[in-house]
Amino acid sequence: MAAVQDGQLNMEVEKDIKTEITNDGSGNINANSSSPGSTSSGGKSKSPAGSGEDQQTLLAVLQFLKRNKLTESVDILRREAGLSADADDSPVSDSAGAGSGGVPNVSADGGDANSLLSRVSIATPVAPPATAPPKATGSMASGGEDQPDVNVVLSAYSQQGDPVLYPLYYNGLKKFIESVLDCHRAELSQVFYPLFVHMYLELVYNNHENEAKQFFEKFSGDQECYYEEDLRILSSMSKKEHMKGNETMLDFRTSKFVLRISRDSYQLLKRHLQERQNNQIWNIIQEHLYIDIFDGMPRSKSQIDAMSGSLAGEGKRDANKAKVFYGLLKEPEIEVPLDDEDEEAENEEGKPKKKKPKKDSMGSKSKKQDPNAPQQTRIPLPELKDSDKLDKIMNMKEATKKIRLSPDNLPSICFYSFLNAYQGLTAVDFTDDSSLIAGGFADSTVRVWSVTPKKLRRVKSAADLSNIDKESDDVLERIMDEKTASESKILYGHSGPVYGISFSPDRNYLLSSSEDGTVRLWSLQTFTCLVGYKGHNYPVWDTQFSPYGYYFISGGHDRVARLWATDHYQPLRMFAGHLADITCTLFHPNSNYVATGSADRTIRLWDVLTGNCVRILTGHKGPIHSLAFSPNGKFMASGATDGRVLLWDVGHGLMVGELKGHSDTIYALKFSRDGEILASGSMDNTVKLWDTLKAFDDVELDDFTAATGHIHLPENSQELLLGTYMTKSTPVIHLHFTRRNLLLAAGAYNP
Amino acid sequence: MAEERRPKQCTVVLPTESMKAMAESIGVGQLQEESCAALSEEVSYRIKEIAQDALKFMHHGKRCKLTTSDIDYALKLKNVEPLYGFQSQEFIPFRFASGGGRELHFYEEKEVDLSDIINTPLPRVPLDVSLKAHWLSIEGVQPAIPENPPPAPKEQQKTESTEPLKAVKPGQEEEGSTQKGQGATSAEAKGKKDGLMRMKPRSTHELSVEQQLYYKEITEACVGSCEAKRAEALQSIATDPGLYQMLPRFSTFISEGVRVNVVQNNLALLIYLMRMVKALMDNPTLYLEKYLHELIPAVVTCIVSKQLCLRPDVDNHWALRDFAARLMAQSCKTFSTTTNNIQSRITKTFTKVYNNCWLDDKTQWTTRYGCIAGLSELGPDVIKTLILPRLTVEGARIKAVSDGPVVSNIDKIGADHVQNLLLKHCASVIAKACPLPDNVEQYRADYGYLGPMLCSHVVKARAQAALQAQQVNRTTLTITQPRPTLTVSQSGIGGSGGSRTPSIIKVPSSLTLMSTRPGTPTQPSPPATKYIVMATSSGSSSTQQVLWTAVLLGGIQKIALFVNP
Repeated sequence: MAAVQDGQLNMEVEKDIKTEITNDGSGNINANSSSPGSTSSGGKSKSPAGSGEDQQTLLAVLQFLKRNKLTESVDILRREAGLSADADDSPVSDSAGAGSGGVPNVSADGGDANSLLSRVSIATPVAPPATAPPKATGSMASGGEDQPDVNVVLSAYSQQGDPVLYPLYYNGLKKFIESVLDCHRAELSQVFYPLFVHMYLELVYNNHENEAKQFFEKFSGDQECYYEEDLRILSSMSKKEHMKGNETMLDFRTSKFVLRISRDSYQLLKRHLQERQNNQIWNIIQEHLYIDIFDGMPRSKSQIDAMSGSLAGEGKRDANKAKVFYGLLKEPEIEVPLDDEDEEAENEEGKPKKKKPKKDSMGSKSKKQDPNAPQQTRIPLPELKDSDKLDKIMNMKEATKKIRLSPDNLPSICFYSFLNAYQGLTAVDFTDDSSLIAGGFADSTVRVWSVTPKKLRRVKSAADLSNIDKESDDVLERIMDEKTASESKILYGHSGPVYGISFSPDRNYLLSSSEDGTVRLWSLQTFTCLVGYKGHNYPVWDTQFSPYGYYFISGGHDRVARLWATDHYQPLRMFAGHLADITCTLFHPNSNYVATGSADRTIRLWDVLTGNCVRILTGHKGPIHSLAFSPNGKFMASGATDGRVLLWDVGHGLMVGELKGHSDTIYALKFSRDGEILASGSMDNTVKLWDTLKAFDDVELDDFTAATGHIHLPENSQELLLGTYMTKSTPVIHLHFTRRNLLLAAGAYNP
Repeated sequence: MAEERRPKQCTVVLPTESMKAMAESIGVGQLQEESCAALSEEVSYRIKEIAQDALKFMHHGKRCKLTTSDIDYALKLKNVEPLYGFQSQEFIPFRFASGGGRELHFYEEKEVDLSDIINTPLPRVPLDVSLKAHWLSIEGVQPAIPENPPPAPKEQQKTESTEPLKAVKPGQEEEGSTQKGQGATSAEAKGKKDGLMRMKPRSTHELSVEQQLYYKEITEACVGSCEAKRAEALQSIATDPGLYQMLPRFSTFISEGVRVNVVQNNLALLIYLMRMVKALMDNPTLYLEKYLHELIPAVVTCIVSKQLCLRPDVDNHWALRDFAARLMAQSCKTFSTTTNNIQSRITKTFTKVYNNCWLDDKTQWTTRYGCIAGLSELGPDVIKTLILPRLTVEGARIKAVSDGPVVSNIDKIGADHVQNLLLKHCASVIAKACPLPDNVEQYRADYGYLGPMLCSHVVKARAQAALQAQQVNRTTLTITQPRPTLTVSQSGIGGSGGSRTPSIIKVPSSLTLMSTRPGTPTQPSPPATKYIVMATSSGSSSTQQVLWTAVLLGGIQKIALFVNP
């Protein structure tokens, strides 16, 4: 209910302003600047049509100031606007929710609402009492000023209007929105789509089949093109019975569509609806829409378009408020062998001026704890084994030989084509050290290849093992079966296409998720299945190991992402919240968070520790099929069926860039080891390289932007594009940067 | 709001006749109209729902084509038993039939004799999946190797050469090609990117070492002495997709080669060079437009040059002229546009030379031959307007050579060839254009010396044409013959089962004859045959959905069962 939010918002704003006052000490200036839009418009436009509205806004502002006891600014504003002192004391009809506060006004407002009710011709009497009490108490708790609106909602709860009038209502609103000022039109246009959906559903729900069809035909063309998929689903539904089993529709009815609208625009809409006594639409807005009202400039069309497109509107602002520790965990101190130590020492000595920037850029290496990083022990991580330490040392050695990439120094790309896959390749993964490659196939098999000359060997059978001398030095070599060594091994076990695949960081295990609803853990020592994790009853679209091993995440058709530990057969966490299939999953580099992309066109970030959803990122216009975190954990990239890559600032929860260029679904995204370059691979048979340093350089974020979503996306996709590499009819479904920054790509050749 | 109205959302519903047909096929006799309507709506909805689920499986399978297995999995999601027996990888051979005012799509299920299957030899085992690595890019530059696609697709070459402004738009390949120069000239490139410069795509013509080697090998083989090598080289030129970058060098090689060898009268080399031109033109990935200014003069030289060989009386330079003339005609056909006007310019050139020889008796027969050959390859219209009117004069000249005192053997041979050429090309044109009674006298009057010979040629040509027409008739007959066997009533249609005959989509006219038969559903047909009547026109709104429906049609029976009426 909008009114309830009004109350909360007011309090928030109040708080903000108070802090500002304490900071600056000059309250009146701040107060004035806090509502620049309204005052300036009130000052300028003297046209007869707009003056009434402006006056009302002014009054609202005055009341707001009064309540916050900013008497000085009230006086100034009054003097400037030329209002009499008692003008704002007279009850204003539209200030029902936002404006009027305090006890004496309640009765007046209540009367107002009652008169409104009595004027409604089609409204049926008050809703069943059973539902009334909880609602009422809820509103009482949040503040007395909300009562009138609640009454309206209640009276219209089971209301069913005349189906013939629906198009009229919609048309009326359309005309109104087309007639408002440009700055408000874009914002208010957001209302069209959810309204359209709910009006259609209401028609269908009340068995007005023909009217629903006509309504759909008449107005479906007006909707934004990115809703086409949903409209198609909607169009197929023409009977009440259809609504029962349909998940998408269930979501529409149960979850509120979130809109972000500036206060000015919202007031406009509200007044219009109340003047026209357009209860039908008003009810829908109150019942099914969550209008997130913010103070400030209305957003432009492009800003809105950038953020909208998801199944249930934008994320609520407070959904992205939680702090995310996006920094990296401190690397454990490992003694590096001598030769490397020397290099390091040299660096220390030569450090003073030259090497300093270099050091800073490699944030993970710095000894100081990153203020944005989570506590080292925030979630328990597996202890390092000796082999892990060896691997880390290898990694560091390799890293010293790493090529520094830049727009002038692009990576080489090695492409691994799967031949004779007969359209059956569904997933690919590389190990971190790029020695193994695994493919999941539609015929339920998982195949592992060695891409180094070292062949894949399995451990000998138990009988053979017993013959081995356990005391010998090379026992680890002896237990491997040399006879069956081969370049590739096939893992059988799934009973449906394998859609997700992931190597463990220590290369001992492999995870695969399948249509059969299971996630399987395979040993790469014995090449057998160790565990089948059952929990998802529906196809599991993706699974991913944590960068520290032990934990893994899986997500699938059942819309729930599950966090597992390899030694538990039941999930540790269940992340529920997505409104459609979870299509891709990814761990944050610090392993404390998990990102999931979904067919509801949102990305959610979940806290592994608490299980809470800490970010909802909207803006994609199609199911999301790939995710990537930048190596410093600060940024995220996502790719969807709409062929666009979006860049996100994880800390602020904001979109910071849009990369256009692909013409089909993006199935693979990867940042280079130092994060300078983003590689994207797509169904359109291309690999593209993007300059992320530049993309993130241009980003400037302030708290205002973060709070309201007034994002400014630079239109520079073409400048950021560093290269496009066509493959020969081979869709690119996986990308991987080796430790030396060579880019590996993989896909199945599709003649 | 979206300004342009998108195609209307699909509200296609299966027609009620389908429900009736299906009900009949499972033994429910009379279904009421209302229940049919209710059923069809329900079924349409369920089908769409399943198709939408199946799409998910397609996306996750990283494919762009919906397969039957996707639908099976979608059914499984809904806890419905999947459809067994639809294991087609690509294509479901639905057949279409109409009769008695009804239209039918049906999936043809033949009775299969198990022993046949057992006795047929096993099909070849499909190759196992394998992994192959190649360089997609080396430090930002895509190497031109067979594993990579050609650097510039033909379409792009075409837009670059015909509409240079359009090609500047920040496209993908263009971006890639500017990338190539960037290592060396990054500063300059950056300045350009930031500022005003985006005028013309800079195409670099540096060749890699491999390309240089290849170029050397190919050119040497093409003009070398070993015929087998030459054939291989030409084959490579005609098929290799990565030659775009070498094209300027090839064209210069050819034009220079022709220039030198015409002077030296080296017939063999000229022939080799013309074969190279042919190979380049045959290469489907190359667009030669930009290099025509070098290639066309070379080819024209080979057509009309006075002397192409050392011993014109013995060597068969006529064949070279014919070959080059054909090349010319082909390039006219491929590259002539309203802006470059190649065809008309070439025609003018030939006519001018021809006019000169017409006026001037001294012109070599060789040149004359070349002009006539070049013109006549351009098509019957050109022959009609430019050559036929001059036959009389030409005839007189030939007569003068053959009847007059023997000046030189060369002239005589030349006149002979010109005569044969004229007869060959003109006869067919006249045969088409002139009324039938072939009167020798009439021909003599019209065409002078060549008249009688022309007449006999025309007669021959007519006879041949008649023969050909007959053959064509017969072949069309053999094509039409099997059509009547496509009747629906025969359940086991022999032979044509697996082939993708277009008759599935198109209605063969012979099928309408079937209307004499009783209504299809009641006739005794194998019980397993499924009939679906589909509305043909209403489906135009959303092709995707129609596609789904088509894929699903075979399974409707199952779905209809799972939905409670």
